[in-house]
Amino acid sequence: MRNEWPLWEVFIRGQHGMSHRHVGSLHAADEEMAIKNARDVYTRRNEGVSIWVVPAHHIAASSPSDTGPLYEPSESKVYRHPTFFDIPDDVGAM
Amino acid sequence: MSTADPYFDFLCRMGDNTLILGHRVSEWCGHSPVLEEDIALANIALDLIGQTQMWLGLAAEVEGKGRTADDLAMLRDVWDFRSALIVEQPNGDFGQTLMRQFLFDTWHLLMLQGLTKSCEPRVAEIAAKAVKEVMYHVERSGDTVIGLGDGTEESHTKIQAALDLMWPYVGELFTPDAVDEAMLAAGIAPDLTEMRKTFEAQVSAVMAEATLTIPDSRFAHKGGKSGFQHTEHLGHLLTNMQWLQRAYPGANW
Repeated sequence: MRNEWPLWEVFIRGQHGMSHRHVGSLHAADEEMAIKNARDVYTRRNEGVSIWVVPAHHIAASSPSDTGPLYEPSESKVYRHPTFFDIPDDVGAM
Repeated sequence: MSTADPYFDFLCRMGDNTLILGHRVSEWCGHSPVLEEDIALANIALDLIGQTQMWLGLAAEVEGKGRTADDLAMLRDVWDFRSALIVEQPNGDFGQTLMRQFLFDTWHLLMLQGLTKSCEPRVAEIAAKAVKEVMYHVERSGDTVIGLGDGTEESHTKIQAALDLMWPYVGELFTPDAVDEAMLAAGIAPDLTEMRKTFEAQVSAVMAEATLTIPDSRFAHKGGKSGFQHTEHLGHLLTNMQWLQRAYPGANW
């Protein structure tokens, strides 16, 4: 019998970051406890201003053996990268 | 140590409470039931030690005898400590630690909220800084008490035993003595009798949710905050905590 609490994936939005970033995982009995644990484990050095927690089993992941079909077709297509435009400074971070 | 200055005594009470409880909680470091709790308890211990530096730093200034916060923490003996008896009680099991924490945190938050209105600006400043940390402490310990009380039969039995064990140490926190009365009269600290009413309402609400029964007794151990009679546990704690400064006086890093 497994006595461990469910696993949660933790996402933190940093002080200056624009989006939440995956920082790791932890165990907790429920979502409130998961946020508190995330606060204690991942923001104790003032790393973040917002925390998301997601039950790990709700994350659907691609399979490592599918890397060929999934990613190789994009490798030789440089024209898919919008690097040929000058972006005005006023636009800011994109 | 002279007890002639109630203000100095009061500052030692605040600082000694956070110092002794901070040390107790730090004893869990590396031993907690799960990693997440281990880190959380270490964070709380560090918050408390940080608050100790502020309270005992001010106490040393007020005393004006050239002692520092470190001197007060590391070079006094049992009878000079002004911490309440509850904070020196051993950790016991995890439930006992968390029950001690919740009862102390609830008192601590009310005390700090009162102190933010202190007529002594230095006291109000320290309280304003500490109150944010303690709001989190009480939220966490309260949630854990509810989780354990309203959990399994085993966790319920253990945390109820912890409440029965810790309850007689609550009264001391709220029983005013000459120091408390002097601080109230001077506008430095809040009224403990008023605080107790709020405390009982808040604790009752959490215990009801946790399905725990508060003992029907107002018996209160005392002698901690006056320094008159600490329990045997404080001496053992100091032996551990002060060992380095005693064996290597002035050691620094």
